[in-house]
Amino acid sequence: MTVQAPTHRPGRTGLTGRLPWTIRLERRLEVPRWLPPATTIGAVVVALLIGGLILAFVGADPIRTFVHVVRSSFGSLGVLSDTLVTATPLIFTGLACALAFRMRLWNIGAEGQLFIGGWAASAVVLIPIVPQGTPSFITIPLMALAGAVGGAAYGAIPGILKAFRGVNEIIVTLMLNYVAVFWLGFWVFGPWSEAGFQQTPQFPRDAWLPRLSDFAEAVPAFSGLTVHAGFLAALVAAVLVRFLLFRSRRGYEIRLIGDSPRAARYAGIDVARNTIIVFAISGALAGLAGASEVSGVIHRLQPSISPGYGFTAIIVAYIAKLNPYGVVVAAIAFGALILAGREIQPSGIPAMIQGILLFSLIASEVFLRYRVRIERR
Amino acid sequence: MDPTIILAAGVASGTVLLFAAVGEIFAERAGVLNLGVEGMMLIGAVVAFATAVATGNPWLGLALGTLAGGLLSIMHGIVAISFQAEQVVSGLALTFLGSGLARVLGEELSKAGSISLLPRLTLPLLGQVPIVGPIFFTDQSVLVYLGYAVVPIAWFVISRTRQGLHLRAIGENPTAADSLGVDVYRLRYAYVIVGGLFAGLAGATITLAISPGWFGDLTTGGAGWIAIALVIFAQWSPLRAMVGAYLYAAIRRMLLDIQGPQEILGFPNPFFYDHTLTFFLQMSPYILVIVVLVIVSREALRKRLGAPAALGIPYIRGERGH
Amino acid sequence: MTAPASVAAPPLAVEMRGIVKRFPGVVANDGVDFELRVGEIHALLGENGAGKSTLMNVLDGLYAPDEGEIRVRGEVVDFRSPRDAIAAGLGMVHQHFALVPTMTVTENVLIGLSRPRFRIDVRRYDDEIAALAERQGLTVDPRARIWQLSVGEQQRVEILKLLYRGARILILDEPTAVLAPQEASDLFRTLRAMVDEGTSVIFISHKLAEVARIADRVTVMRRGKVTAAGIPAAGATPASLARLMVGRETLETLERAPFAPGPVVLSVHGLEADGDRGLAALRGLSLDVRSGEILGLAGVAGNGQTELAQVLTGLRRCRAGRISVNGVELANRSPLEAIRQGVGHVPEDRTGVGSSPNLSVTDNLIMKSYRDAPISHGWVIDGGSARRLAEELRTGYAIAAPSVDTEARLLSGGNLQRLILAREIESKPRLLVAVQPTRGLDVGAIEAVHHLLVAQRDAGAATLLISEDLDEILTIADRVAVIYEGRVVGLVDAADADVAEIGLLMTGGTATAHAEPGEPGALVP
Repeated sequence: MTVQAPTHRPGRTGLTGRLPWTIRLERRLEVPRWLPPATTIGAVVVALLIGGLILAFVGADPIRTFVHVVRSSFGSLGVLSDTLVTATPLIFTGLACALAFRMRLWNIGAEGQLFIGGWAASAVVLIPIVPQGTPSFITIPLMALAGAVGGAAYGAIPGILKAFRGVNEIIVTLMLNYVAVFWLGFWVFGPWSEAGFQQTPQFPRDAWLPRLSDFAEAVPAFSGLTVHAGFLAALVAAVLVRFLLFRSRRGYEIRLIGDSPRAARYAGIDVARNTIIVFAISGALAGLAGASEVSGVIHRLQPSISPGYGFTAIIVAYIAKLNPYGVVVAAIAFGALILAGREIQPSGIPAMIQGILLFSLIASEVFLRYRVRIERR
Repeated sequence: MDPTIILAAGVASGTVLLFAAVGEIFAERAGVLNLGVEGMMLIGAVVAFATAVATGNPWLGLALGTLAGGLLSIMHGIVAISFQAEQVVSGLALTFLGSGLARVLGEELSKAGSISLLPRLTLPLLGQVPIVGPIFFTDQSVLVYLGYAVVPIAWFVISRTRQGLHLRAIGENPTAADSLGVDVYRLRYAYVIVGGLFAGLAGATITLAISPGWFGDLTTGGAGWIAIALVIFAQWSPLRAMVGAYLYAAIRRMLLDIQGPQEILGFPNPFFYDHTLTFFLQMSPYILVIVVLVIVSREALRKRLGAPAALGIPYIRGERGH
Repeated sequence: MTAPASVAAPPLAVEMRGIVKRFPGVVANDGVDFELRVGEIHALLGENGAGKSTLMNVLDGLYAPDEGEIRVRGEVVDFRSPRDAIAAGLGMVHQHFALVPTMTVTENVLIGLSRPRFRIDVRRYDDEIAALAERQGLTVDPRARIWQLSVGEQQRVEILKLLYRGARILILDEPTAVLAPQEASDLFRTLRAMVDEGTSVIFISHKLAEVARIADRVTVMRRGKVTAAGIPAAGATPASLARLMVGRETLETLERAPFAPGPVVLSVHGLEADGDRGLAALRGLSLDVRSGEILGLAGVAGNGQTELAQVLTGLRRCRAGRISVNGVELANRSPLEAIRQGVGHVPEDRTGVGSSPNLSVTDNLIMKSYRDAPISHGWVIDGGSARRLAEELRTGYAIAAPSVDTEARLLSGGNLQRLILAREIESKPRLLVAVQPTRGLDVGAIEAVHHLLVAQRDAGAATLLISEDLDEILTIADRVAVIYEGRVVGLVDAADADVAEIGLLMTGGTATAHAEPGEPGALVP
């Protein structure tokens, strides 16, 4: 039995006062199933249109740019592989953000957690924690573990501060991003520096994540494909996060806290404990992104190991409506955008389009809350 | 490591934080959380600088930079107030947008030559006052003096005027204010835009007065976020925000200067001898922000202070809380 | 108050004719006529859902009527908002105050005015408002912040706001619901004084005794229609008014098993706890509840009921005292511990605390049972058995929802309460704490809730029913306790309960001292 909500009495915003129509917003009580995906697609389309307009404004040809983007991300096996490589850290960080946002924990620090995870994974090889020549089936899992633990510990900091003191996690995670960058900088320029250059020595082969091109002898088609095991790990992580959210007790608690913290408390749930745990898991996922990058792509530590994956992850999570499988799809799409975006001039355009996209997404949610009626006066 | 120089520099670059924080105080007191400050500052900075380069007139740059910040904030207003979306995400989106757009607009600017800056002033009488004079009234940009004026005015408006009364009302209990005839929507828009204008002003202050030049995202170095933290530290009071802004900026300057001398207090200066240690110096301002927030959180709980009650919650007319 | 025959009837302050107001699924006002004379106190009486608040919201400009005409002092008016109403000299004090807690009284009164233009001369306005308050007998310190004031004082601020704006017609919506009896008496005295000077007052209530005491005339509404229009209060008896209100003379009676209580389940001793503002809410409260009984805790809102329920369920700390459930000490343990010891809780706030609005009916139903088999095994939740449980409960408790996947916020109040009761009862609690379980529900839902509670009791559960509705308590409780200022001040068997005596205890009187009829504090005017 559907019930119509009483109409919103016209407000006094005079913006539409002079038009011959009234725009009336009616609160929705029910959301038809097709509406959320429709608004998301609509938002993406609008954002792309605006992006296209801006491209035209700065003198680039929008259509050609878009075609170029698609071609250089999916056009061949080689570029597809590159897209997946770029998507891998995005999946991890996207999962990290989606999980935290589900509990209304604004983890803006995925970038910093990624850096710390990368640092921790590198520490395994560079301190070194395991001796040179240790086989990869020991080294790599250890690096992954280090990345996860490092990220978890770093993520737990805002979690603990929020749980015990109610400190605003947005600011803490943002500040920690900067701290992580400088932390990494210290090690790269200092103790681990290779002959005074701005990077560490390259990791031994045992510390490299296996990639498809490693098997080029057996399968010639694989030659030159740099997609690495991190991608598989990311997919597994997505499955695990989905399981966590929707099939586990912890996930139920997370969703309940996110929807109504007071009801969660009434149900006996320890919100503080969950805050710390979720932030730690979120940090661990982002840390794995860092470990995956240093071990699978960069093969060393350098001052920057991420072009902003931790921030793009926020948009990825949002587009995916905080759904783990959606994150995978969105991450691949954004991987394409980042990859192709490297060639777009001016260089601020991909970041701007990301901003437009996120903005467009949240603006589009108004259609989920209200039905728009346009009436002639 | 001259204290006078450090404090004077603190007052100067603190003015940037001050403007952004005061603007954010207005927006948050009205109940709207604006996390797009960083993006608006960048836009203000690039527009101001570009205008000054193109026209040679820094005042025009100041005006346009300020306006640019305001324009961007209108978008946040629409989404946060009329569409009632999640304010945190809207602000973040605007930061991405603003910084991306600023990078695009500023593409050629880093190679631009120098511009004529806004004038600096030394006040004749006040500049002679011992201790205080050399810091506050000697060779400071006009914008710094503007900062001195803005704070007491802001305080007065908020606490002692009818407009300020309504501002506080819509941030604490918009339903009550609405029932008494206060136009919550319109006022919230107004104060969000005020916040945006101030953020634009803050950005313009950087490129036209404090650190002239355009350096992409590094121009602000996270100042927008620090301003937001400053608002919490200030417990939404403009006076306290001023103190916090100057102090923080001074501390930051001091940390930079530490690298200089060979000896500190008679001991060899580790930062002079090992330059990689400066990374820790660069980290400290950001850690300081966190520490301050933790301390303030305890104080707020104790004194039952806190954010405006309706902060971050979209106002929907007709929805009563049972 | 009857006018002498030689004087012409005073002009009407308010005249409402043929008011119709429809909401989706219900006609809240169905052709209602209402008149308010100048200088009278006119009570608008009716049960929850009768349409009284709606009618007054129409008058105040909050709602637009679908049909009908309104006149104020003879002029036809069309209020678009409460602002228009105030401009015409008419204002309403709602049950939920529109006050800003962190601001002072003066500041609250000044909100929304166009004067002063810019600067506020605080001292001048403080004095002005203090003088106004003094004149009207509504004393309050204009410099106090709202959160520091008692509820009664806050209500005075609400009235002051209207008077400051020149209102001569006041509408008060259930004003005594939040007042202690002494404060209610003060309010009545103040209203009387105002009315003697020419103000007109409409007084919405569902309490017969009050209405008889304070009103000059009474209009009774039931199910959207007027059943008695402007009858003189003096001549009406509680019984006749009740009949006009509910359409039946006697209260509902329920079939139930004879009262045969078992051992003590809940034992509370010397409980001391603070409320949200740091003031003491519980001051040494003690009571016992046995299995197989419903102990009704009666009292006016604000005497510690909310805090008691929170302390018993682990949601609030207590400073001193013992709480034991089946011998296990629960004071200052976590909500989880209370749940584990078998304490069920039907909370006051069913949408904000008792349910999670955007989660499904299923997810809401497993809130208490998700930690154990069969809903979960180890860390994993068994979706299938959760669904099965939800379906069972949906049919078993007649929860009207399109499916168990429907989001809880789409349920009506009555169905949401059925959901909550289903969940709590299903967890087989040793002790059930039910707070205001029927607030805001329609008659059918109220009866359903009562039946469920009594069925639980017949099956041997121990229930603490905390309710502001004395009628409800007298209907279903076995024993009645009275809470006043954080203590239990009286305890009787329901069968022996004397309504007058209970009312006295609720107002702070003692059992041995009875006020004479006609004195303040007496129930009989």
